[in-house]
Amino acid sequence: MIGEISTPRPAYAVEAQGLVKAFGDFHAVNGIDIAVPAGSIYGVLGPNGAGKTTLLRTLLGIIDPDEGWRTLLGDPQPLRQSHHVGYLPEERGLYPSMKAFDAIAFMGALRGLPLRIGRERARAMLEAHGMGASADKPIRQLSKGMAQTVQLFGTIVHQPRLIVLDEPFSGLDAINQGKLEALIREQARSGVTVLFSTHVIAHAERLCERIAIVAGGRINFEGSVATARGRLRPQVMLRTRASDGPWRHALPAETLAQDGAWHFALPDGGIEPLLRALLDGEAGIESLSIERPGLHDAFVAIAGEAVARQMEEDRAREDAA
Amino acid sequence: MKDMLRAAFVIARRDFTAVILTRTFLFFLLGPLFPIMIGMAFGGLGEKISQDSLRPAAGLSMPPAETARMLEAREGIARRIGADHISALKAASWPADPRRLLADSDAGYVAVVSGTVDRPVLTGPPADIARLEGDIRLIASAAKTRAILIEVHVERHPVMQSASGQAQARLTTGRGAQILIFLLTMLLAGMVLSNMVEEKNNKVIEILAAAVPIDAVFLGKLMAMLSMSFIGILFWGGCAMAAMGALVGPGFTLPAPAVGWPVFILLAVLYFAMAYCLLGSLFLSIGAQAATVREVQTLNMPVTMAQMAVFFFATYAVDHMGSAPEIAAVLFPLSSPFAMIARAAQDGAIWPHVLALLWQAMWVGLIIRMGVWLFRRHVLNSGARRSLFRRRATPPV
Repeated sequence: MIGEISTPRPAYAVEAQGLVKAFGDFHAVNGIDIAVPAGSIYGVLGPNGAGKTTLLRTLLGIIDPDEGWRTLLGDPQPLRQSHHVGYLPEERGLYPSMKAFDAIAFMGALRGLPLRIGRERARAMLEAHGMGASADKPIRQLSKGMAQTVQLFGTIVHQPRLIVLDEPFSGLDAINQGKLEALIREQARSGVTVLFSTHVIAHAERLCERIAIVAGGRINFEGSVATARGRLRPQVMLRTRASDGPWRHALPAETLAQDGAWHFALPDGGIEPLLRALLDGEAGIESLSIERPGLHDAFVAIAGEAVARQMEEDRAREDAA
Repeated sequence: MKDMLRAAFVIARRDFTAVILTRTFLFFLLGPLFPIMIGMAFGGLGEKISQDSLRPAAGLSMPPAETARMLEAREGIARRIGADHISALKAASWPADPRRLLADSDAGYVAVVSGTVDRPVLTGPPADIARLEGDIRLIASAAKTRAILIEVHVERHPVMQSASGQAQARLTTGRGAQILIFLLTMLLAGMVLSNMVEEKNNKVIEILAAAVPIDAVFLGKLMAMLSMSFIGILFWGGCAMAAMGALVGPGFTLPAPAVGWPVFILLAVLYFAMAYCLLGSLFLSIGAQAATVREVQTLNMPVTMAQMAVFFFATYAVDHMGSAPEIAAVLFPLSSPFAMIARAAQDGAIWPHVLALLWQAMWVGLIIRMGVWLFRRHVLNSGARRSLFRRRATPPV
């Protein structure tokens, strides 16, 4: 039975150490260590060309690494676990003349799902997502978004234990992005591990428990989103009626005055000593906010301004397309 | 292995239905019948030409009495040995310049016999003179004696076969089977060249490569194309049987091969499958390297030439059973099926065929492996850059 657990589940759905993959002189993956906990939603974050796709293809066994090792569901030969894995590649691929339900069943059959069951599930999935009328249409007659949905269903029709999605939000409109996020959460709730790559920080921030920030074929950060954000201290924004006074000495040295407000990182001793100084010095507090840094800020701090800017450009280019 | 065969079957089923359930497959089935029908029509026309007055003849430009003697002698000989075996003669104007008669395109003489029965003169192009000289000498000799040789009755003692005749007949059967298998392989295996281009162009290859071993993709595609070929062969074979039933009389029999017809037909099917898989796996490997249909089209010609070379090698070897070239043709994997079917026609031993089929199957596997290795390395950009003998790094236990 597909999706049935016949072997003990490893702690990590995906694990790799010292992965290196070079194309000529270019090192697309350059010494990556990664461990994706079973049952988690894990994001690989990085700009285009960072090595995300090569990393995923290497982890899945489509290509072999030049150095290092990897295991997929505990198996050092990833293709042996193919029945328990679903993969949505970045470049979508379907046979244009195949009917939608048949394409889904075919993808399931490739991963060991009997064709009859695949066809039944395909029709049910299409029906449940309001695409029942398109089930018997050839792929070439479907819109790009519908074809992508068909391929996504083909990725999960055999009820895999691990789903790998390469840039899954690419090319989807906001509504379909929302549907895909819901689907990823639904899969994770049922115990499936979801590993996906993206260059859109917001998706990773909303979905992921853990992330790996990749740039230049290396992982600059690996850990939980909270840890990434915790790398930066919370930011304080203070507005006072008085512009000067003895309380100014209580502000941290790196405080910036901008747009009529004081901006600084939360001091190590907390906000209370500062509050006391402000009150005693009659600064006249108009507003005071303490904001935890977002993943974007953490990303900038970890990967650098240039990489963050490239990701923004990638996203803008994609939106324009 | 079981998983790989299952995956190959899934791919084969997809490819098979994708081809069979199209209108173009009907054209594929009917396509080879058109040239055969045209050939039969022209064949019938040729037969008509050979039977009627349109057949090229030598003109007789002799005095009327001499012409009558020559024509009478020719008719007498034709009755004995058959009209097809003696040159046709036609009365021409007399007296006339033979060169002028030959220049007259309406008359249609290939040569002109002038002079007399005692001293005939043959005028015509050197090749026609060489071809007709013996016949004209025979006809003139018969005309001169005014009698054909006295006919002696031959008593008939029919036997089933003679050793020499049987060997010749089996050689013919072997050659026929060789040509048939070659034509079918050439007609059908070439299609495999472009088989991977579709998957590469529509990016499905990424889905396949992530789900199943590339070996299964190659094997599945071969299985699909071979199945499709068998459907074609069944259809064309059925048409051929029907045509033979209609055109050939009930007494017609083909010379039996050494292994007997049932085994020979089974071996022909198996050797076709092997020839198809050997060439198909090679074409698949070559075609899989091509990025576009244009590249595949460019590859077509050299591939066809290579096929021809292999076939000529096997054809040469069939005449020399047991010789070094024949053994080489049997051992060389691509010519082996052609050489072995000819062997089956001439030699009754079965065990060489079992060995040959195993040998050929092993080569199909090797060629697929090589093709997969090239595909992974050059198309998927896979394959680690480590030494062949260095062990792959494995996770700590």
